Amino acid sequence: MDFSFTDEQSMLRDTVASYLADNYSFDQRRAALKAEPGWRPDVWKAFADELGILGAAFSEEQGGLGGGYTENMVVMEELGKSLVVEPYLQTVVIGGGFLKHGKPAGADELIGKIIAGEAIIAFAYAEPQGRYNWADLKTSAKKDGSGYVLNGHKAVVIGAPYATHFIVTARTAGGQREAEGVSVFIVEKSAKGVTTRDYPTVDGFRASEVYFENVSVGAEALVGPEGQSLPLVEQVIDEAVGATCAEACGVLRRLHEGTLEYTKQRKQFGQPISSFQVLQHRMVDMFIQLEQSVSMTYMATIKLEDPAEERAKAVSAAKVQLGKACKFVGQNAIQLHGGMGMTDEMAIGHYFKRATMIEGAFGSTDHYLARYEALSLGKVA
Amino acid sequence: MNLDFSAEDNAFRLEARTFIAENYPKALREKQDRGETLSKEDHLSWHRILAKKGWSTPSWPVELGGTNWTPTQKYIWSEEQALADTIGILPFGVAMLAPVLYTFGTPEQKAKFLPDIRDGKIWWCQGYSEPGAGSDLANLKTKAERFTADDGKEYYLVNGQKTWTTLGQHADWGFFLVRTDPDAKPQAGISFLLIDMKSPGIEVRRITTLEGGHEVNDVFLDNVKVPVENRIFHENQGWTCAKALLAHERSGIAGVARSKRGLERIREMASTEMSDLDGTLLMDPFFRRKIAELEIDLTALEFTELRTLAGESSGKGPGPESSILKIKGTEIQQRLTELALEAAGHYGAPFLGEAGHNSGVGPLHALDTAGDYFNTRKTSIYGGSNEIQRNIIAKMVLGI
Repeated sequence: MDFSFTDEQSMLRDTVASYLADNYSFDQRRAALKAEPGWRPDVWKAFADELGILGAAFSEEQGGLGGGYTENMVVMEELGKSLVVEPYLQTVVIGGGFLKHGKPAGADELIGKIIAGEAIIAFAYAEPQGRYNWADLKTSAKKDGSGYVLNGHKAVVIGAPYATHFIVTARTAGGQREAEGVSVFIVEKSAKGVTTRDYPTVDGFRASEVYFENVSVGAEALVGPEGQSLPLVEQVIDEAVGATCAEACGVLRRLHEGTLEYTKQRKQFGQPISSFQVLQHRMVDMFIQLEQSVSMTYMATIKLEDPAEERAKAVSAAKVQLGKACKFVGQNAIQLHGGMGMTDEMAIGHYFKRATMIEGAFGSTDHYLARYEALSLGKVA
Repeated sequence: MNLDFSAEDNAFRLEARTFIAENYPKALREKQDRGETLSKEDHLSWHRILAKKGWSTPSWPVELGGTNWTPTQKYIWSEEQALADTIGILPFGVAMLAPVLYTFGTPEQKAKFLPDIRDGKIWWCQGYSEPGAGSDLANLKTKAERFTADDGKEYYLVNGQKTWTTLGQHADWGFFLVRTDPDAKPQAGISFLLIDMKSPGIEVRRITTLEGGHEVNDVFLDNVKVPVENRIFHENQGWTCAKALLAHERSGIAGVARSKRGLERIREMASTEMSDLDGTLLMDPFFRRKIAELEIDLTALEFTELRTLAGESSGKGPGPESSILKIKGTEIQQRLTELALEAAGHYGAPFLGEAGHNSGVGPLHALDTAGDYFNTRKTSIYGGSNEIQRNIIAKMVLGI
């Protein structure tokens, strides 16, 4: 048993951390989010060229540095600490995941572009009616000669405004909620018939409603087996959830540290409010939630390599822990900051907003608790 | 003990319902439905309609404009307003300042201010908190020094900063706690002043809250001249007024009727949102349990409030027990917003924007659920944080 990081992994962490410390202050972030295009292509370019981190989780044959899940975890935690909105999760974790496991024609070329910072992916999987059932798809892909024609509406596609490619789940056969018939495609954003309605999200990202109207793609756009790709979708979303748990650890660390610091300097009744026992215990409980979250993130990251059922159980358990922690730590960070926590001016509220959105990301705490329950205790007859 | 409504009560309910249906401004209703920010005139329009009917100040003494309603009638009135999704009458003048005025004010002060408060003619704001005086309100530093001006009249010269002044951007007048004796013990040197917000030297500066709205403000006072006759009660005894006001602020804070309506809205939402399984979210065992638990907690709060109201009607003022209502009431309001955000699923994420320009993304009921959730975190902070409320119960009720 070993929970230590390799020298390369520690170096990766330091590289990301020191770049963000120098280039991604709260004020810089805020200014960028308010302006167009709402993200920082220069940061992305630096990730690719200066830091070289976009290849950390790809194999050396693919032009990467030979890392995997742990590298994603290390990077995502650092991104969480600075509330980075640039699409590492969507591009490297999710896009990279589909390309690695689905092995579509042209995967290596696209991975090369991802590593170079030239291709940016957004994941169009959710639908207005579908909640967190990834098989609930109205978007269709009909066979047309050797290729397909896509029609449908995808909801709240995070990062779509700055993406070059969409990874799209669509139904090639079967009924609306059937596992059979789920397929995955890569569609260029510039393809004819793709339109978007763009908007900011409450936590500072940009997202879109994405509409596909008779969008023709070739056979090479198919990722994974036609009609049999629900397991692939589940695997990549599990990997995304694992990475999001790591991001959440970074967010939680800042929420906890920030609160501790604030209560030490905020004086009421002639003393720092950190001297009140009721607040001390609250901050201890926040700290316990944070530590449990880090533990569960390590556990889930290690088990991403396991067979589907083990992996799903581990990731579900981690997401439940992180969801609870995001709520408890986030709410109490605001409470202990008092009125100051309610202002847009202080960073703490922005961490709270991201923590809140992570609670619901890829499915709510209840969704993952139900999934865990079914996997661990069996389905109720 | 009984829970029956009398024939008079039922007649009153019908009267209230009909009155709202026939008189609630249509333009206001439409703005609310679109999730738009309400203007000063929007807020006051409903107040003025109620004032004409004689219903803007039900809890005041009858001779000043109170309605002399029984606790049951007050309960019915708050229920009917909530059921019809009316906006509430702003509390600053009617519920917070007025009881101080009619308890501690001079006949001249009452005559000058109470009618305009009742009729919704002027907008009041509260100048209590300061950057260094939040939970520890008595630590306030804004100072008021008495002097005789060239006109031979006596004034206070007020200097300092107030913060978290809700809707102060619209205020015509404000009630302020200021320090008139810097050498006395903290609570002993405070006075209660009414200040015209158009006075030279006052600057109201916007504070943007985390969901992006403009509700609260900083108020800077730089050599503001305030006539001595605008002081309520004795000099250096403003803390007595402040305490009375805070108790009133807490007693209205349970918000039972509004929360009941909020819960109904969540049931409606959950009956149209689909769950991951076949069926609606309302059939989802996890979600329905949370609704059920919240309903039970709300019932407990409702009956605690009714017991408190019954106590008030038998002559006891709102006591420290009202802290229970504040704690449980705000926790329930917060849980309601949590459930709404959860029910919204993916469509909790879009940012509504100040002008509501992203409305139309996702279903209407999901609109700004995240903003509401973020904004409602304030309820366990304002009006004396819930930690302070627990201190009050420990000290005043349990005697520890």
